[in-house]
Amino acid sequence: MKTSLLKKVWRPSLAILLFIGLWEVATRLFSIEEWLLPSPSDIVMEARNVIPTFLPHLGSTVTLSVSGFLIGTTVGLGVATILHLMPRVRETFFPFIIISQNMPIIVLAPLLVIWFGFNALPKLIIITLACFFPIAVSALGGFTQTNRELVHYMKMMGANKSQLFWKLELPHAVPSIFSGLKIAGTYSVMAAVVSEWLGAQKGIGVFMTLAASSYRTSRVFVAIIVAMVISLAFYGLILLLEKFFIRWQQKGENV
Amino acid sequence: MLELRHVSKSFGQKQVLQEISLHVASGEFVSLIGPSGSGKSTLFNLIGGLLGPDAGEIYLNGEEITNKHGFISYMPQQASLFPWRTIIENVLLGQELQGKKDYELAEAMLERAGLGDVIHAYPHELSGGMKQRVAFIRALLSPQSLMLLDEPFSALDEFTRTDMQKWLLSIWEDYEQSILFITHSIDEALFLSDKIIILSVNPAEIKDVIEVPFIRPRDGDLLLSEEFLQWKKKIIDVIQF
Repeated sequence: MKTSLLKKVWRPSLAILLFIGLWEVATRLFSIEEWLLPSPSDIVMEARNVIPTFLPHLGSTVTLSVSGFLIGTTVGLGVATILHLMPRVRETFFPFIIISQNMPIIVLAPLLVIWFGFNALPKLIIITLACFFPIAVSALGGFTQTNRELVHYMKMMGANKSQLFWKLELPHAVPSIFSGLKIAGTYSVMAAVVSEWLGAQKGIGVFMTLAASSYRTSRVFVAIIVAMVISLAFYGLILLLEKFFIRWQQKGENV
Repeated sequence: MLELRHVSKSFGQKQVLQEISLHVASGEFVSLIGPSGSGKSTLFNLIGGLLGPDAGEIYLNGEEITNKHGFISYMPQQASLFPWRTIIENVLLGQELQGKKDYELAEAMLERAGLGDVIHAYPHELSGGMKQRVAFIRALLSPQSLMLLDEPFSALDEFTRTDMQKWLLSIWEDYEQSILFITHSIDEALFLSDKIIILSVNPAEIKDVIEVPFIRPRDGDLLLSEEFLQWKKKIIDVIQF
């Protein structure tokens, strides 16, 4: 088990190390200014200094993205369920859902601040908007792709619409819902950072804008890396949940 | 118990079933045999209430069930087990849909059916034949008194199939359930049933109904007996006529 993990991991790890090495060498060799592109070692030094003051920002962003993600998941699953159970509603409103994804969030954000002020609400709306779509689409896909034979069995046995949904369609959609959750999980951190640019007291986004406006580029990089780590941690957590929920699935085969 | 009276069904211009009348008595095992495309599955969908007939009525225990569902128990061609449920949870599904679960009975029945070791396994861990056994137990455990079996063994290999037929008889003979069984194997129909209904094709009509005289319990030797072969020939003659 351990050796196989090592086998899987050594190639990408080596590639990352090589990349960081090249970066370090390049910045030194061409003596690139730190405010333009800091070397990895600069970033590490900066991180060491700044992490203690950084922690409250981190907490704020994590809270924001987790709550946004949870709301987005609820909304996404709710929307998918409604659209699935009511085909007319689906025909009418599906275009709106697509359009909601075509609006550039960065442009929408200031508007939301005008409407709702500088509190948490506009931020949560932004994260929800970013998260609900992948979940709704993947859940809807899972519902409609339910195995025909299982549906036929349920109908022959006299299952009603709600039994069909709760006992068959919903559990059948779980693997596909999880692929939506994984995308939404990574989006949520990104959306949280973007929403904090709008104006907030704390958060990685705030820290990032402050650092950028004073040309402390290594600090910006620290923020970027931390955001990446949070995002990865999210992804890993969802992956673990997925393993737990679909432990019934045979590897490489459906049904 | 089950009675179809002059049931006809067409899809568009194509008539699939014409004036089908048949009867399944309580505790009886009846097979429907006929070439592919003879509308056997359509007939099942009508009895199950998924489709409505153009003409005719369907009765179960004297009550009209035309266009109504939930009155029969069903075993499809593919086992159709739910992959996220363990075997025992799968077997309980039919009861669950009708409201009441009897865990002990299900457990006892799986034990008796030789599936005691896999009660908590998931379907993908089982072989094709085992899955069909589970599907049969699921149908048998459902509270309805009539079971529709739609070519349940056609996807299995020859060896497994014969084993399954013997196994099915050994389990079923202890229960009161009536069975309506679709197959296109004459051997299978003869070995299992009390009565064989032979269908023609385009549109399906009842060609003949044959009462099978073999006494129960039946065993594998029957398949090779002179009498069995004579009956088989008789059925082939009816089909080819």
